Amino acid sequence: MSQPTTVAAAHHHAPPQGFLRKHVFSLDHKVIGKQYLDLALVAVCTGMVLSWLMRFHLAWPETPIPGLGTLSPSGAAGGVITPEYYLALMTMHGTIMVFFVLTTAPFAGFGNYFLPIQVGAEDMAFPRINMTSFWVTLVAFLVLISAFVVGDGPPLSGWTAYAPLSAVGKDAGPGQGVGQTLWAVSITLFCVAQLLGALNFITTTLDLRTKGMSLARMPYSTWAWFITSVIGLIAFAVLMPACILLILDRVAGTSFFIPAGLVISDRLQPHAGGSPLLWQHLFWFFGHPEVYIAILPGFGIISHILPVFARKPLLGPRVLIACLVSIAFLSYTVWGHHMFLSGMNPFSATLFSVPTLIITIPATIVTLLWIGTIYGAKLRFTTPALFCLGFVSVFVSGGISGFFLAQPSIDTYLHGTYFVVGHFHFVMGVAAMFGIFAATYFWAPKMFGRMMSETLGKWHFWLTFIGVYCVFMPMHYLGLAGNVRRYSAFTDDYLKPLIPLHRFITVAALCTGAAQLIFLFNLIRTRLRGPKAPDNPWEATSLEWSTTSPPPFDNFGGRPPVVQHGPNEYGTRGAAGDYVMQASPQSAGPA
Amino acid sequence: MGKLFAVVLAIITVVSTAIFVTHTWWLPVDISAHGHAIDHQLAETMLSSGVLFVLSQLALAAFVWRFGDRRDGRAVTTFPGGVTPMVVFAVVLVGAEVLALTFVGSKVWAGIYQTPPDPNSLQIDVQSEQFAFYFRYPGPDGKFGATHPELINEASENYFGLDPKNDVSARDDIVVPTLTIPVNRPVALTLRAKDVGHAFYVPELRIQQDFVPGLSIPLHFTATQTGKYEIVCTQLCGLGHYNMRAYIEVLPAAQFEQWLKDKAAQQ
Repeated sequence: MSQPTTVAAAHHHAPPQGFLRKHVFSLDHKVIGKQYLDLALVAVCTGMVLSWLMRFHLAWPETPIPGLGTLSPSGAAGGVITPEYYLALMTMHGTIMVFFVLTTAPFAGFGNYFLPIQVGAEDMAFPRINMTSFWVTLVAFLVLISAFVVGDGPPLSGWTAYAPLSAVGKDAGPGQGVGQTLWAVSITLFCVAQLLGALNFITTTLDLRTKGMSLARMPYSTWAWFITSVIGLIAFAVLMPACILLILDRVAGTSFFIPAGLVISDRLQPHAGGSPLLWQHLFWFFGHPEVYIAILPGFGIISHILPVFARKPLLGPRVLIACLVSIAFLSYTVWGHHMFLSGMNPFSATLFSVPTLIITIPATIVTLLWIGTIYGAKLRFTTPALFCLGFVSVFVSGGISGFFLAQPSIDTYLHGTYFVVGHFHFVMGVAAMFGIFAATYFWAPKMFGRMMSETLGKWHFWLTFIGVYCVFMPMHYLGLAGNVRRYSAFTDDYLKPLIPLHRFITVAALCTGAAQLIFLFNLIRTRLRGPKAPDNPWEATSLEWSTTSPPPFDNFGGRPPVVQHGPNEYGTRGAAGDYVMQASPQSAGPA
Repeated sequence: MGKLFAVVLAIITVVSTAIFVTHTWWLPVDISAHGHAIDHQLAETMLSSGVLFVLSQLALAAFVWRFGDRRDGRAVTTFPGGVTPMVVFAVVLVGAEVLALTFVGSKVWAGIYQTPPDPNSLQIDVQSEQFAFYFRYPGPDGKFGATHPELINEASENYFGLDPKNDVSARDDIVVPTLTIPVNRPVALTLRAKDVGHAFYVPELRIQQDFVPGLSIPLHFTATQTGKYEIVCTQLCGLGHYNMRAYIEVLPAAQFEQWLKDKAAQQ
């Protein structure tokens, strides 16, 4: 581990004056972090409503949804969703959730707010670039959403946008005109923002650590954001040019992803020489690391929060970091497991299968570290603690099904079925959301200076925890029965008997969705008038709890902390209780 | 609260596992020569990962039950042996599972996708398009006519772009919307896409393969039971994706030969 870097409290920028500079075009990483979280909140509400519409349509395809016909006269005339509108909802749901929720909230949002504070810096290394990242992300989101109202509707080629469906333009169907171009422009912009963000995170972690904050003393959440930034720097750097090539195919007549001889809508396409598999390789070279971009911050957040409520140190912190690093490395060697049946050389399937299975080893170790940390603990069942425990459970459930899909021979049957939908929703959707919930309940006192309601929080946890199992576990059963995904209706003979199970999932999804309103209410009420939060309500050790709630503009009131301890000093005998804070001058004694 | 969490988690684990174990929803009957190897591999994976699933969830539930809400004033304790047993368990046990699955699984995969088809296979050309499949048999001459994308015409039912005027071998090609094959005889398909990506999936055959525009992808199998089954598209191909399907009809050998003769006579 390197020596701690000493950085004096050099002021990057003066405290802001005026409303615009303070709250809108702010250079303060804390404001930018909250802006990212607010964007993610808007995005997740949008994405969730889209999923309700899809689920309702799958269960009762002929029943009109009140009001939808008015909102989208072409997509849902009379309130009944058309097949193309279903695919559009699905495409937008996936894109919004993966990019603007699962990447934006745990990484850009919480990372922005807490990484600088946890390393004892007063801001990010490049505040202006940081602000630019956020505003570019916002523009990317608006560009994506605009596909709902301009042209012939939103794109329908899925969040993976496989070519040539995504590349040939409006001949390929409704939404494949302007809508698909807007999609590609939006993702290109998103990549720019993420690359800028990743540079900022990496530089801040390496160069702005306060005195005494060696790498070994960094909180695990900071470690995870740091490693995630490195993954993002490489992954988004591949997706961005891929999207630019896609835009060129669509608007400039190039043929990067389009081969010769395609006849679409009775028209021989004027393209030749491209490869649809090239898009898949570029996309999944980003796409698989993206799974870890979504979930590694969750790993960090859980590893950071669990010891606080277990009142004991995390088991094997160095092993945890080693596992995170090896997962990050392996994440670049497995992308072909999305392409076992794509027509890629079948010999390479084995090559991609082996690292995919190997990645389960560090993932298993991390899970065992969490479970081992609970052994011998004195668990305090606060809402963030419950979401941490829930995270471990859903991550195990989602991870286990990876064993099946990692094997080409089993993927032969399960690929393209609901088994995959259940798998990735558990492992990167629900698990990452549980990480976001744990982080929100845990850090809300610091961010807003107010405590969230524990009663409402617990109701939210129980309904969500039971709800997600009712929604996503049955999808594995559907997949085993051969139920194909991305179908707007189940007209095949063998799929019809599965419709009752789809209805069960829909009811569970609507109830689980309704339970999120409790969270929304709790969050908004807390920000407006929750009870005042003390500086360190959870008796935690890391630097964000050494400052006021919320922290002042420069985070530590002009006195950068000097770090004396690692973040793992729980279950010990400190001046304040059974823990010693990182900046505490006191030495840690045996309990 | 800890005990409640443990009980809820235990119930979730038991119910989820029971539904898997009792095969409440399960794979349809296997009608392929290679399918039993896939089903066996699936069952092995289900068993080993099922044990891991139940053990991890119940360990989590048990620890949360035991170490939650403690008011006994005792100090916290470390897991016996610290981190070492965790790492050893993961590396040895999960590592062994990974090795076993890889070795056995690769063999199963290689048997389907990395072996050449039987030279005696029935050759069938498959064209996929938004939103239908078409199947082409070479006819009595045993030769497929060349395909020309510019000649593809839906209205005149020239789905493959054949040129019977100038191409002798194209004249007797048989094109049908249902994949009709004989039982117990190897079948070798060549998959082509007319427009965008599609996929060929027959759950009963335990086989799935993408169609990729610009590529001719080989796929071979042997059906071991007669009957009529659905072929469905599993690659998102546009608004009619959900409705893109065809049937596969597996006939007794003699009946198939007769069908082929009848079709050839109609050309």
